[in-house]
Amino acid sequence: MRNFWQLYKRNRSAVAGLIILVVVVVVAAIAPILFPQDPFSLAGLAMSPPGENGFLLGSDSLGRDVAAGIAHGAKTSLLIGLLATIVAVGFGTIMGGLAGYFGGKIDDLLMRTTEMFQTIPSFVFAILLVAILKPSINSIVIAIAVVSWPAVARLVRGEFLSLKNREFVQACHTLGMSDIRIMLGEILPNCLSPIIVIGSLMVATAILIESGLAFLGLGDPNIMSWGFQVGAGRTLLRSAWWVVTFPGIAILITVLAINLVGEGLNDALNPRLRERQ
Amino acid sequence: MSQTAKRLRYVLKRLLQALPIILAIIIVNFFLLHMAEGDAVDVLAGEAGSATPEYMAELRKKFGLDQPLPVQLLVYLKNVITLDLGYSFRHDMPVLDLVLDRFVPTLLLMVSTIILAVGVGIILGLLAATGLNSWRDTLISVFALVTYATPLFWVGLMFIVVFALNLGWFPTSGMENIAMFYEGWDRYWDIAHHLVLPTITLSLFYLALYTRLMRASMLEQAGMDYVTTARAKGLTERRIMFVHVLRNALLPVVTMAGVQVGALIGGSVIVESVFAWPGLGMLAFESLFARDVNLLLGIFLLSAMLVVAVNLIVDIIYSWLDPRIEVE
Amino acid sequence: MRLLEIRNLHVCLPEGSERAHAVEAVDLDLAPNEILCIVGESGSGKSLTARAVMGLLPKPHVRVVDGTIEMDGEDLVSASDARMRDIRGSAISMIFQEPMTALNPVMSIGDQIDEVFRFHVSMGRRERRERALALLEDVHLPDPEYIMRAYPHELSGGQRQRAMIAMALALDPKILIADEPTTALDVTTQAQILKLIKEMQAAHNTGVLFITHDFGVVADIADRVAVMQFGKLVETGTADEVLNNPRHPYTQALIAAVPSLTPRPPRGQSAQPVLQIDSLIKTFRSGGGILGFGGGERIVKAVDDVTLELRRGETLGIVGESGSGKSTVARCIVRLVDADSGRILLNGTDLNGLGRAEMRPFRSSIQMMFQDPFASLNPRTRVGKIIMQGPLLQGVPATEAQAKARELLSIVGLDDRAYDRFPHEFSGGQRQRIGIARALALDPDVLVADEPVSALDVSIQAQILKLLDEIRERMSLSMIFITHDLRVAAQVCDRLAVMRNGEIVETGATAEVFKDPQASYTKELLAAVPGQNWRSA
Repeated sequence: MRNFWQLYKRNRSAVAGLIILVVVVVVAAIAPILFPQDPFSLAGLAMSPPGENGFLLGSDSLGRDVAAGIAHGAKTSLLIGLLATIVAVGFGTIMGGLAGYFGGKIDDLLMRTTEMFQTIPSFVFAILLVAILKPSINSIVIAIAVVSWPAVARLVRGEFLSLKNREFVQACHTLGMSDIRIMLGEILPNCLSPIIVIGSLMVATAILIESGLAFLGLGDPNIMSWGFQVGAGRTLLRSAWWVVTFPGIAILITVLAINLVGEGLNDALNPRLRERQ
Repeated sequence: MSQTAKRLRYVLKRLLQALPIILAIIIVNFFLLHMAEGDAVDVLAGEAGSATPEYMAELRKKFGLDQPLPVQLLVYLKNVITLDLGYSFRHDMPVLDLVLDRFVPTLLLMVSTIILAVGVGIILGLLAATGLNSWRDTLISVFALVTYATPLFWVGLMFIVVFALNLGWFPTSGMENIAMFYEGWDRYWDIAHHLVLPTITLSLFYLALYTRLMRASMLEQAGMDYVTTARAKGLTERRIMFVHVLRNALLPVVTMAGVQVGALIGGSVIVESVFAWPGLGMLAFESLFARDVNLLLGIFLLSAMLVVAVNLIVDIIYSWLDPRIEVE
Repeated sequence: MRLLEIRNLHVCLPEGSERAHAVEAVDLDLAPNEILCIVGESGSGKSLTARAVMGLLPKPHVRVVDGTIEMDGEDLVSASDARMRDIRGSAISMIFQEPMTALNPVMSIGDQIDEVFRFHVSMGRRERRERALALLEDVHLPDPEYIMRAYPHELSGGQRQRAMIAMALALDPKILIADEPTTALDVTTQAQILKLIKEMQAAHNTGVLFITHDFGVVADIADRVAVMQFGKLVETGTADEVLNNPRHPYTQALIAAVPSLTPRPPRGQSAQPVLQIDSLIKTFRSGGGILGFGGGERIVKAVDDVTLELRRGETLGIVGESGSGKSTVARCIVRLVDADSGRILLNGTDLNGLGRAEMRPFRSSIQMMFQDPFASLNPRTRVGKIIMQGPLLQGVPATEAQAKARELLSIVGLDDRAYDRFPHEFSGGQRQRIGIARALALDPDVLVADEPVSALDVSIQAQILKLLDEIRERMSLSMIFITHDLRVAAQVCDRLAVMRNGEIVETGATAEVFKDPQASYTKELLAAVPGQNWRSA
């Protein structure tokens, strides 16, 4: 573990990403203390520019505090990003693992399914799912997970496929080990690194998809989110640029930080790649 | 067997592989849309305000909505094969006409985006890889990193604020200035002018993706044995980079370009809605809220076909770049 | 007259490496029309010496820090990049170990040869083409017109290496550097390529710097020999001096470790069979796909009606070249691969067709040892646990299994501290020892060893073979030994089965097969073993 941190630390931008991410998490955690009021409620004069009338980042046409929205929206983004990724990685790992290990029909089915997912516009598919299931945290998480898992499945399938023919796995067969134990005890630990890396990058993508859905009006109507803020502010583009600008910057910084952390993990977990650069 | 015949067979094989996928997409979407609460009749009745249950039942019968799902699906499949995509109750027009009407703008946006994203991505990746760890590499990498993290809709809106509203260089929305009644070259120029911001917006994310991929791919290929051979032959670094490494490094980028076409159409929903670009993405968004099932199915089908078609072009390019295609 | 003079060459390694210099104080001379072999085990610095001559060191971390390399009086170390480019490919050229990866996969052979002409001489398109065709003819490639258009993946390994040689000799270089050019090839192909290199060298008066780890190859090809160890030159001399009268202890040890081609005397053995393989067949299918657009289904008969018998206490060798099906037979026996038909009788019980659960009780009787010391141990499992796994699965109590694992570690010659370490902390030879311990933990009757020493340096190889020998005696093991190396087979096996294209072409006592081979293929194989006339006594 200490060794891992030593490796991670060598990538300075990854450390910066981690610091930003920690700040975002802290803001999300203490949002109810910083801004105890409901972020949807009228907090003061409408259309105030940043720094005026007690609004740090201005207010929108209904007098809602942009800064409060961003603080509360942080929780939404992180929560949905994390949940969707856990579901997608969990399901994708199981499917990819089974397909890669057993091959044959399961593998064919999985490959055709992932090809189908590559052919349909996945974002449109997500829109459709959310619309059908009615916008809520659950439906958004499900929709993001549904369009994200094939990528994990493909990766895990590839890893399982190459590892299952490695001699140490064959040695386990000759010892009479069961398939389940081989998969969980021998193969899976050896492909955790790429799964962790794709998982961390997927959180970033999930946050982008979530904000896109919310922007189009498909967010959970009871929960403040960055995408919703941008979507609600787009009609004020000419008169109140700040309503659109700041939530967008929040998304950008958060996604950037997560991507940096993901790259840092990749470097730390695959030392061979790092040395090449 | 000659290289040309191999290539042809490879492309044909890929085409045939796409057919069952298209079929699966139709079926999946059909069932998904029927999971949605309420059908077109509900929507029509809701808009009319007062509709008796008898009248609604009659309408359902008229549209075949009272049939069991499998029958509806079969009927739909049969119709699709005869290019009959059904009727949009909302727009009071055949779906095919509606969809074809919106197809060209989306295709235009798509093609210009792919060319921009892949072309510039490859060039930037190449520049970054050839100047490894120089300021050029750092600049390009930071640009790619930031762009990769930027939400599409936000970039679109920021572009509108800066380049349309403040600087006035480009129009804010739409595909052409209809009020001007441009004709001929003037009209093309007008459309191209409208196309600039949506294209840049949509391509930014993918441009970042291809830049990073190209850079990584170049670096990976530069460490291969054949590069040492090329050096041992006394070739110049220029020749090694731009002939030997480049062509091998392009392969994963081209593959990725094919894989990303589907995602690109997804992104076009957002970009079209930001710039009011009259394409399939916007139509899909509108029809979703109008519960226009037939229309949505038509759009899905067409966008899936579009993806398949673009993938086929990608396959042809790939087969031209990589002589090992038969190894599949 | 000297063509190449290397004086006091030092090549440094990146900071933090095991030693400071990859190559240290090396002096070498090469005359025209001479083949100088640089021999050494992995990590001896022999390859980097060659690359230093070419100016192809992986700069900036690995570079020449001291010394001179003079070609016809011109120092190559201080030569400009442009001058080195002129020299490379025209005055000095190079061929590599792995012709598949050394050729650009997306460029035709013709274009790759053409480049050499284009970058070094001005010549018309047609003339360049004719020269290339003539070169391909010179290296005895069939149908040069076709080869010109072909891509590397369309040629066989031997053909690719011939094409590489053609490319290297395009401009009649004064010096040819060959870096293990036959290591990746089968023994019969190796013999042909060695012959070709000698032929071309004699025809063009070339000085050849030949890097190899194989003393058999040295005996066949070298005029002079230089032996390297840990980056230093330990001995140089004529081939005869070094091979037959080595002075340095390291050279002596290396040569002593090379297995002799004379089979050792047969041991007394019982006639009682422990394992019988009867009409075993295994086919692999690939391709096919929807509507046959995958290019037609390819059916490969990997094992074609193989019948074998392993007697109690003996070692049966299965020898053959790559693709002969010898490994597939091994994998069928331990049931890693399901045979299509045939019987595998272990002490009278047919293993073929047993399900996973039914097979489990028999697992302890038949164990396998693998080729790749780096892939055969789970990198995330501690050595002790790797060895214990088998007994634990068979229901042995944990404390007993632990004690057994520790005992086995000492039997295979490893320190007790190895128990709590991870595989990556060990060298290749040590890992093979762990692999042996794992296989022995179940007290098997039969050990199937699949090329167990092919990935090891010759001195380590000798140690592992000695260990296997001891263990075989001590535990009264019967062994199936798969190898491509006839020298190893001569020293290890009591009986031999020679395989080709999935079929057994000959079986017999090792001494008999070596003395009086019956099948023409066996004769061909034996004739191709490098270093026939050296140390045959």
